[in-house]
Amino acid sequence: MGAAEKTILINSTAIMLAIIIPTMIATVAFAWWFRRGNSKATYLPDWEYSGAIEMVVWAIPALTIMLLGGITWIGSHELEPSHALKSARPPLKVEVVSLDWKWLFIYPDQGIATVNQLVVPAGTPVSFRLTSATVWNAFFVPQMGTMIYTMPRMTTRLNLQANRQGTFEGLSSHFSGDGFPGMQFKVQSLPPDQFATWAQGARGQGLALDGRGYSELSKPSSYVKPMTYGAVAPGLFDAIVANRAPPSPVPAPQHNEPAPPAGV
Amino acid sequence: MSTISETPAIGLTHGGSEDTGLGHRGPESKSIVVPYGFWLFVLSDMVLFSALFASYATLVHATDGGPATNQLFDRNLVAIETMALLLSSFVCGLAMITAKRKNMAWTQIWLVVTGLFGLVFLSIELFEFGKMIGEGAGPQRSAFLSAFFTLVGCHGAHVTAGLLWLGTMIAQIWAKGFRQDITRRLLCFSVFWHALDIIWVAIFTIVYLIGTLP
Amino acid sequence: MFGRLTLAAIPFDQPIPLITSLVVLLVIGGLAVWISKNKWWPYLWNEYITSTDHKRIGVMYIVLALVMLVRGFADGIMMRAQQAIAIGPSQGYLTPEHYNQIFTAHGTIMIFFVAMPFVIGFMNFVVPLQLGVRDVAFPTMNNVSFWLNASGALLVNLSLFLGEFARTGWLAFPPLSESQFSPGVGVDYYLVALQISGVGTVLTAVNFVTTILKTRAPGMSYLRMPVFCWTALASNLIMLAAFPVLTVALAQLMLDRYLGFHFFTNDGGGNSMLYMNLIWVWGHPEVYILVLPAFGIYSEVAATFSGKPLFGYRSMVFATLAICIISYMVWLHHFFTMGAGGDINAVFGIASMVIGIPTGVKIYNWLFTMYGGRVRFNVPVYYLIGFMLTFVVGGLTGVLLAIPPVDFVVHNSLFLVAHFHQVIIGGVVFALMAGYTYWFPKAFGFTLDERLGKAVFWCWFIGFHLAFIPSYLLGLWGATRRMQHIPDPSWAPFLAVELVGAAIIGLGIVLTVVQLLYSIKTRDQRRDITGDPWDGRTLEWLTLSPPPHYNFAVLPDVHGEEAYWTRKQTAIKEEKLIDEPHYQPIEMPINTPTGVIVAFFASVCGFAVIWYIWWLAIVGLIGAFAIFVWYAWRDEHEHIIPVEEVRANARERRRIRMEHLHSISQST
Repeated sequence: MGAAEKTILINSTAIMLAIIIPTMIATVAFAWWFRRGNSKATYLPDWEYSGAIEMVVWAIPALTIMLLGGITWIGSHELEPSHALKSARPPLKVEVVSLDWKWLFIYPDQGIATVNQLVVPAGTPVSFRLTSATVWNAFFVPQMGTMIYTMPRMTTRLNLQANRQGTFEGLSSHFSGDGFPGMQFKVQSLPPDQFATWAQGARGQGLALDGRGYSELSKPSSYVKPMTYGAVAPGLFDAIVANRAPPSPVPAPQHNEPAPPAGV
Repeated sequence: MSTISETPAIGLTHGGSEDTGLGHRGPESKSIVVPYGFWLFVLSDMVLFSALFASYATLVHATDGGPATNQLFDRNLVAIETMALLLSSFVCGLAMITAKRKNMAWTQIWLVVTGLFGLVFLSIELFEFGKMIGEGAGPQRSAFLSAFFTLVGCHGAHVTAGLLWLGTMIAQIWAKGFRQDITRRLLCFSVFWHALDIIWVAIFTIVYLIGTLP
Repeated sequence: MFGRLTLAAIPFDQPIPLITSLVVLLVIGGLAVWISKNKWWPYLWNEYITSTDHKRIGVMYIVLALVMLVRGFADGIMMRAQQAIAIGPSQGYLTPEHYNQIFTAHGTIMIFFVAMPFVIGFMNFVVPLQLGVRDVAFPTMNNVSFWLNASGALLVNLSLFLGEFARTGWLAFPPLSESQFSPGVGVDYYLVALQISGVGTVLTAVNFVTTILKTRAPGMSYLRMPVFCWTALASNLIMLAAFPVLTVALAQLMLDRYLGFHFFTNDGGGNSMLYMNLIWVWGHPEVYILVLPAFGIYSEVAATFSGKPLFGYRSMVFATLAICIISYMVWLHHFFTMGAGGDINAVFGIASMVIGIPTGVKIYNWLFTMYGGRVRFNVPVYYLIGFMLTFVVGGLTGVLLAIPPVDFVVHNSLFLVAHFHQVIIGGVVFALMAGYTYWFPKAFGFTLDERLGKAVFWCWFIGFHLAFIPSYLLGLWGATRRMQHIPDPSWAPFLAVELVGAAIIGLGIVLTVVQLLYSIKTRDQRRDITGDPWDGRTLEWLTLSPPPHYNFAVLPDVHGEEAYWTRKQTAIKEEKLIDEPHYQPIEMPINTPTGVIVAFFASVCGFAVIWYIWWLAIVGLIGAFAIFVWYAWRDEHEHIIPVEEVRANARERRRIRMEHLHSISQST
């Protein structure tokens, strides 16, 4: 996951364990020591209040929460998904559309698009605008960091950066119907010059994501193999958000597709 | 010795033998417990309407290119509706006074008038709904209209249920007189009826008045 | 004539639902035959089905919960099995359509028809006894509440035989749950069932808030109430204020689906985020409805089995009410990833953590209740300690999830699934099992077998950890929830361990049934003669087991906190009971078939609405209204228990108590 998120998680866990582990030990220890058979233990049958203990037991959780609250306030702002990442390099713009049941990635500046495969330049911030063509999903690449919902008629924003080269797994982390398990996609992080070569090479090749191409793509399908479009209708993402996108030629997905073929 | 002036709460037979020092004398009588419980129910109903108001407030501008508040509402009609409901509540109050005096004739008269004013309110509301639907401004037109019809319609449904209840009460009082449990129910009905008035004031303000501001 | 109901609704082509339906029908049929042969129908009708006795209604709620636990667990282990098998090239044995119904049913049933009825069942049985009164404020309404809940459970289970269930997850988020994307009957079953049982729940809330605030024994001021009653009060206040919001959210979804409204649709200006907010404004307080009475049970168990009063009573009361109020201020933590921005996310994150403060205080108060005590390791104490070890870790993961940047990477993952199962099982289920063991003798007059009870505990404790701890790791590694198919083969060993864990929990459930049957068979060995088998501290232990219908011959005078304990200690010290009070005849509410008949018509109407059989829906509504009017017309509401009977029962109780006065104490 994102490095910053991981740090917060580990630190917070450590802080809380410092309190919880002694509590758990005390639980077992008190129960055992003060068991009925133990004549060495003092029986305090009327002891039911202690101001000092009350002060301490309210204070310990309160102080812990204040500390974690501070981490929360700072972290929620610093790691806010819609904030642009600080970088010397200009961000790559990617528009993301979740369909039933695959991911469409549009690269508006490169004029190409991919399905179930996201290619990004390493060490470069990627500025995402995301939406959904049908139902809610969530765009998530665990090794890159934060996830964000994709919702129809709305645009969410996310900023991520792949720090190293490699191939990462991506998925949808919000259940979206019968084809949901097939919404995995691959993220390829390439050196920036290789990315540029790839983008230029893809342009003009293969299928075009025009009105008809998008209608075809909108047909319900799952476990879709990665593909690339060499041309994209301008403003397609905004049209999808505004509900002006070309409709699918088949009726709206019934969400009761048969299981995908074996051997996927 | 059991108390005879009030029907006690379930099985209260405690003789009050000792003062337990904190002034709490045991379970309250039914005449307190029943209306208290009913008030709690009314409060939960208020929460229900709050959620409907919240939905309305969220969706009031989601007109999908269709008609908006200032194109739809007729203030005059709404004023007459409101008067009908307010008068209905007032007359219901009169019915409660005569019921306390166990005056059968006047209680029934005021209760019937309460129902009549309620029917006037409902008729105007149904007329308004019909007119809007006829103009293509039905609840299926847009999210705003869905929210409007649901909020106002839910209030109307409560009024309808209240009128059914009122009819039952009129029949019961006629058949059985002013028995203690029946007067308790009448009290609960009047609480319900007044609560609906309060909610209507909120609807009137938030939906109709604010919606037709210049 | 039959709306959209056709023979195609019967799952002839799906072996698992078909076979399950046949088995269930056989079991129900067999039960009906067995009851008829033994001529038990009149007994069941008079003593349970039409009963207005809070104790009987409580038992019915718990029976419903236990039966539904079997169904909910079956769904759970089917999911675990699928996830253990469907890895890499294998698609497992459940198609996505089927799997998606199973996890939706699992969540819906466990929350609405296991946890809620179980908790409400305990509150029903215990609260009037602990308050020293004879019944709840509105006994007939209590009966109606139960049957409306049962009606909801019936409809959910009917979807197994006829049609299908929702495939949307237990909260049915739109737009997936709208007709455009879920056109079948599944979501309609879900919506109608929950709306019907929701009415029952709101009525329960009205009943219990009134009972606790307006009907208590003489001298029982607020700060002399047992902590379980405080937590019941808080829980019912939450129910009263939260369930109407659920009603609105579900009703609006129903209007979208049935009448083409546009609350949450993708077109017409609908706003699916509105549903998210409404449903979670209900959903978060809902979990506190469950956990607060659970905390109350732990308070009772800790004090009783330590032989000491609960530590920090006022602190516990304050903490309970604080949790009650703050529970309404945290709902957005269920959708940090919706993109509301740093300020909003941070505020809700901090609020969610703040609720951990009073919860932590409670843990320490239980800890110090044991300190200086004489702890007896009966089964309920096993659950108490198991809870204190398990729940705090669940709380830790909860605070982690409350930190938005952390949630950004584990939202909706198996980490989340592990967290909420940890707090629900460690917090709520353990309490329910403890309460079941603790109050069973009061209800039935004999205790459950201890050895089997401990075996059940270990199955739950070990089973839970095996079934869910690996999920924390899987979630951190990127595994999301609700996956019919697992993409990463390296997760296989962990999922296999989780299946074993689930099987061990299953063994625990089987042993629970065995324990019950064995305990009934050998009940004479463990009779609760005195009515106070645990050396209790609260008023329910004043009565014999089971208590008479009217609970107390004379409502007890309450002179301080721990009303019963003080009275008992005085009696033991002075070697005599309090002076015999003046007995009087007692008025108790009569039985009524209103509840079961209203629920019948509600079920008919609900079924008709689901299948678009409009004439039948109207019949159902008219029937429900008619029975309501019929009930309103009755002239006799109560029957009188003659003073001779009251006196005879009371003297028997006094005789037994006097005889066994010294054997009741267990701490010395």
